[in-house]
Amino acid sequence: MELKTLTFIVVGATFALYIGIAIWSRAKSTGDFYVAGKGIHPVANGMATAADWMSAASFISMAGLIAFLGYGGSVFLMGWTGGYVLLAMLLAPYLRKFGKFTVPEFVGDRYYSQTARIVAVVCLIVASVTYVIGQMRGIGVAFSRFMEVDFATGLFTGMGIVFIYAVLGGMKGITYTQIAQYCVLITAYTIPAIFISLNLTGNPIPQLALGSTMGDDTFLLDKLDMIVTDLGFREYSTASNGNMLNMFLYTFSLMIGTAGLPHVIIRFFTVPKVKDARYSAGWALVFIAILYTTAPAVGAMARLNLINTIQTGPVGSPDGNIQISEMPAWMERWSTTGLLSWEDKNGDGRIQYYDEKGLGDKAAEYGWAGNEMTKVDRDIMVLANPEIANLPNWVIALVAAGGIAAALSTAAGLLLAIASAISHDLLKGVFRPDIDEKQELLASRIAMAFAIGVAAYFGLNPPGFAAQVVALAFGLAASSIFPVLMMGIFDKRANSTGAIAGMLSGLGVTLLYIFWFKGWFFVPGTNMAPNNADNWLLGISPEAFGAVGAMVNFGVAYFVSRATAPPPEHIQHLVEDIRVPRGAGTATDH
Amino acid sequence: MTAPQDSRRAEYWKRNLKLVATLLTIWFVVSYLFGIILVTPLNAISLGGYKLGFWFAQQGSMYVFVVLIFVYAGKMNSLDKEFDVHED
Repeated sequence: MELKTLTFIVVGATFALYIGIAIWSRAKSTGDFYVAGKGIHPVANGMATAADWMSAASFISMAGLIAFLGYGGSVFLMGWTGGYVLLAMLLAPYLRKFGKFTVPEFVGDRYYSQTARIVAVVCLIVASVTYVIGQMRGIGVAFSRFMEVDFATGLFTGMGIVFIYAVLGGMKGITYTQIAQYCVLITAYTIPAIFISLNLTGNPIPQLALGSTMGDDTFLLDKLDMIVTDLGFREYSTASNGNMLNMFLYTFSLMIGTAGLPHVIIRFFTVPKVKDARYSAGWALVFIAILYTTAPAVGAMARLNLINTIQTGPVGSPDGNIQISEMPAWMERWSTTGLLSWEDKNGDGRIQYYDEKGLGDKAAEYGWAGNEMTKVDRDIMVLANPEIANLPNWVIALVAAGGIAAALSTAAGLLLAIASAISHDLLKGVFRPDIDEKQELLASRIAMAFAIGVAAYFGLNPPGFAAQVVALAFGLAASSIFPVLMMGIFDKRANSTGAIAGMLSGLGVTLLYIFWFKGWFFVPGTNMAPNNADNWLLGISPEAFGAVGAMVNFGVAYFVSRATAPPPEHIQHLVEDIRVPRGAGTATDH
Repeated sequence: MTAPQDSRRAEYWKRNLKLVATLLTIWFVVSYLFGIILVTPLNAISLGGYKLGFWFAQQGSMYVFVVLIFVYAGKMNSLDKEFDVHED
């Protein structure tokens, strides 16, 4: 069957499934809408959390990032998984015990302050909206690349599907859809990885294949190190991401950012008990790790395959490179999308792919006049993977459905976090405390529809800083939300003045550092210093600075709390109470 | 709340913090220490086709993270029972 038809059938079938789930799982109360009635099984919640967490960036971009960064890509692997250890041990069980609906609600109650709650709402909305813009782009990209529909049509179709199940079902609909989406995306990710592993090493398990030998008895990673260094690139298995301090702080920022992302935290409000929240975090990480331990294999093998496709013979020999007339069909196909482009600079009818700086004078000796692969987008490593490995069309169709599932599931989780912050924290909590449950449920549906509209608008008209948003979202969550939640549980003495001062100063220094190097509000040309390692403080990149912001937040909150009056008696009792699991059932009553 | 109950609560919390501190030490060792700080010396050792430091950074740390959370959940659940603060 023709690829395009097949893709429409596979993607259409997954959509039909999501809509079916939406109709079956309608929300009947605000409890259903915000936290799925707190009745989700911990394993099911783990799976939903995995889909909630793994975004278009995890599915489409991460393996490609690792392919080009090598060892330096480890910051994403450790950072985006290690955060679950912190979440499981420091936040999730206690916030579940607290038993309310949203993250700002905890902040407002624990710090007995509407101001603290509103600051938390602002942090949540900025972090979640920036994050959702990335998902919108992912949806549009998946549609336009695979199904050849235009970006806007793709975006509206995706948003239409999310609208149906998120507005009807709230958290309940989103949870069951995310479980289905996890199954789709993990199948789509692992099948090509298994085939490629088999192809290169004869071992079908990607995690083992990466440490296995190839046909000629050399280890895959050693071979990769050798061929990349021959072409002037940095050695794959040791190429680092900035200096050691930067890698350390970058990883730490991603970990505490992950643990502080509200759309992930609220998933742990949906399980029945504190015990379930603990196990559920473990299951979430199991399901996440299946993809995250496969990704380094996909990255390394894709890099190897790409170079072997272009460098067909010994480096430097006149016929060692592929002739333009003999390029494989997938290269031609992906060049039309703009993700891949080349230019025959030395006019030899062949393509050379190498690092100009790393290879130095040798290039001239070989008769090469510059790197001729003028564009190799990192996303291509996953998107074109099935074609590079010559897999059947249904696998390609599945990858399309998987990419869309990853983007939709994360978008829905983020939209719920935004909608509940608006309807529950702002409307019910601050402006109109007198509305009844039915009115609040309606308000939450309207807030959801509104959030979808805003997300679609930004998807179609991405602000100039679209590429920077991930750094911003993690920096915000790391420097503002994580410390305030952790202090709220572990430091009984933390009071409202300390919490507010901590959040604002943590957020302030992080934003200042990011804007200093990336421009004020990301307006190009307004940066105060060039964004490179020579100017960074101790070589810390703006992406890695959230960890420093978090330390500032912790420090300020600690000392300001101790310099001002202790929190009232009943707050100290509240903290005592959330530290033990018993009574979680009654705490859910509103 | 009576005084003996208060001291039981304090003991429960202390045991909890001790467990978390132990597990987070392991968390730190496998990722930050083995995966970043000591990566170069560890890379001299090989694990199949992997350099050991590289393996910790791209595979091993994640497996350990998963185990840590399940150990935590299991130990905390029995601690809850021991101090009679478990649910239902």
